[in-house]
Amino acid sequence: MVSPILELININKSFGHVQANKNINLTINKGTIHGIIGENGAGKSTLMSIVFGLYQANSGTIKVNGNEINLKSPKDSIINGIGMVHQHFMLVENFTVLENVILGFEGETVFGEKLKKAKQDLQKLCEIYNFNIDLDATISDLSVGFRQRVEILKSLYRGAEILILDEPTGVLTPQEVDELFTILRSLREEGKTIVLITHKLIEIMDLTSEVSVMRQGEMVGHTKTQDTDKEKLAEMMVGRNVLLRVDKSESKKGEIVFKVSNLTVKDDLDVMRVKNVNLEIHSGEILGIAGVTGNGQTELLEALSGIRNVEGGSVELFGEKISDKDNFLNPRMLKEKGLAHVPEDRQRMGLVTDFKASENLIFGYHDQEPFSKSSILNHKKISEYSNKIMKEYDVRPNSPDLVTSNFSGGNQQKIILSRELNENPKVLLVGQPTRGVDIGAIEFIHQRLIHMRDRGAAILLASVELDEVLSLSDRIIVMFDGKIVGEKNNKNITDRELGLLMAGVTGE
Amino acid sequence: MEFLSDIASLINSTLRISTPLVFAAMAGIFAERSGVIDFSLEGKMLMAAFVAAVGTYYLGNPWIGLLLAILACVSLSMLHGFASVTHKGDQVVSCVAINILIIGLTTALAAAWFGQGGLTPTLTEEQRFLEITLPFADSLRDVPVIGIIYSDILSGHFVFVYLAYISVPIVFWIVFKTSFGLRLRAVGENPSAVDTAGINVFAMRYKALAINGVLIAFAGAHLSTAMNANFFREMSAGRGYLALAAMIFGKWHPKTALIACLLFGFTDALQIRLQGVELPAIGEIPVQLIQAIPYVLTVILLAGFVGKAIAPNAIGQPYIKER
Repeated sequence: MVSPILELININKSFGHVQANKNINLTINKGTIHGIIGENGAGKSTLMSIVFGLYQANSGTIKVNGNEINLKSPKDSIINGIGMVHQHFMLVENFTVLENVILGFEGETVFGEKLKKAKQDLQKLCEIYNFNIDLDATISDLSVGFRQRVEILKSLYRGAEILILDEPTGVLTPQEVDELFTILRSLREEGKTIVLITHKLIEIMDLTSEVSVMRQGEMVGHTKTQDTDKEKLAEMMVGRNVLLRVDKSESKKGEIVFKVSNLTVKDDLDVMRVKNVNLEIHSGEILGIAGVTGNGQTELLEALSGIRNVEGGSVELFGEKISDKDNFLNPRMLKEKGLAHVPEDRQRMGLVTDFKASENLIFGYHDQEPFSKSSILNHKKISEYSNKIMKEYDVRPNSPDLVTSNFSGGNQQKIILSRELNENPKVLLVGQPTRGVDIGAIEFIHQRLIHMRDRGAAILLASVELDEVLSLSDRIIVMFDGKIVGEKNNKNITDRELGLLMAGVTGE
Repeated sequence: MEFLSDIASLINSTLRISTPLVFAAMAGIFAERSGVIDFSLEGKMLMAAFVAAVGTYYLGNPWIGLLLAILACVSLSMLHGFASVTHKGDQVVSCVAINILIIGLTTALAAAWFGQGGLTPTLTEEQRFLEITLPFADSLRDVPVIGIIYSDILSGHFVFVYLAYISVPIVFWIVFKTSFGLRLRAVGENPSAVDTAGINVFAMRYKALAINGVLIAFAGAHLSTAMNANFFREMSAGRGYLALAAMIFGKWHPKTALIACLLFGFTDALQIRLQGVELPAIGEIPVQLIQAIPYVLTVILLAGFVGKAIAPNAIGQPYIKER
């Protein structure tokens, strides 16, 4: 009854000097949901892009239903019944659902009969799987969850028997995740085979029947999901024992340090993104902001950290008004007042990625002693300091002269954290501290944030990872459409409640 | 009655003057919809004018001249593609290089071959394209209204004028009603989506550039073998850039780009008509001021008068598959 539908034999793939996949062997059985788990940069997405024909392997064999196939482009894999839902959706935003689905499979030169037939076929598919999609809707008007359904629909329409999903839940609310899993289970009932790439252990345990673990480009193990647990999988992924929960004591709340009143902020396109937000953070407290990406968290953090103008309202630090519409402190002045900022997009705003690690480590303090004197940098002092701090924050490799873009995401984040935390800020604004960061580094970063809190800092944490908000915060607010739609004490709250708030469902 | 015939001749020259702009704007739509910036419309138009004039002079048939111009422009488009699609070079730089190369090359070759200070020899009546008088134009002239529209406005143009306005609905049809058009628009918006649909992104962009080359050749041939009877240096006189501006005002859409081209053509026709005319109360307007009208209009329109133009999402970005 169990027969392999997809076999990978000795797959190798290098990008320049980096070997992304080393001698990968993998067998996927028909009609199963097979998980592939591994840290960021373990080579999961690369491997699946090879299976989808987007990248070509340097060596190795791929078999579908026992027949060796030669994949030169996605076209070949689509013909062989392989479909893929990418992490970043492959949709044309100003096209309709229908146009996106038929793209490349129009079946006729001039639109006419085939288009009508495609529409009917798609309507049937939508009914079978309960997709509830309007085929004439424009993609840019659809929510992320629906866009993902369009991607699944696209693969199914193109005849996929094997459906690969690359980190499908990263951008979804908990409810959307449930709906996605329902769809995936019903696809399995229909006999489809699903490959789920993820770094979230809970999804593996929930959904899959078999799991393969990748680490640093290699396949380090295959197992039946029922024979393993989260701790074992995490250990296989990282190669050592990992603490999955955040250990923290009760917070010792102090006075109000940071106060935001009636804040409104507009984005670059003049759209109101933050609407009348009020919040207070006490010293020794972590206030978490939960919410789906794009609900104003980014603009809120930018305004609070002094890199975006405030449209209305005010911000107070220790009772002193630091920002309103007319008086606006720039990031440097805010820093002097004890406010630090770890931006969400570390490569765009947190680092100059072409600079050496040591240069990024002192950025913002480069004109102060001991790093410089009379505008001339003291490289010896900078180097000493960098060595010391990189050891303290466990930045690997510990080489201050290495160009920052060569560090992994987690280590880049540690470089920013060490710079921002080193001056003992009184208020810390953190956006997506562990986005694209692997489990081992997440553990470290979380410990550091708790440590800061215990030393009396007021921390504002915005994250799209609900687990992160839940495990770090003392209080949680939920943002939807620029407004705070709920505030909860993080004691007796479920992710279900939060999820409803995040989706904009208010009212008890 | 004199007023009516003034209007008729103004519309007539608007149609004629707009012709190279329309071809160039349609050419630009193909390139830019596929995600490739085309600043080199100017250079290509100039190249086509030169090749058409020289080819026609030696071979005696303007259609052969046009064919050679098409070959030349498609080659230049392929060169642009080779630099900016295959080798992922900066698209603007590639275009600027083509423009500079062609300005120098045409002037130098014309001077070296014909020794007339950058002019090519004047084509005879038999060699060049002539105005086409539509059937019954003469006999219908005296019929009220229809006579003016048919005989004075629609009749008596070069073949290119008719082709240009026929090309607009055809371009619209290709871009919005065919699978090729769907892929063309997709590749300019999100090339990854096209790649994962099993379509070759690079091939799509080359195809778009080839069509671009064909269309722009018509604009150049119109200049040197129809509107004029020879090539002279820098005869494209910024029309390529003007067409690019029209295409942007037209939001990369054939219909609205056509309207923008006609608007530019109209102001140009108007400024020619106004030269030396005594206006009541104002008197005679200096020629320089009148000649500036199209450019002033460009600046005003560019300053956002027609609303924000949203370019294809992936324009100017070379497609890089593997990081």
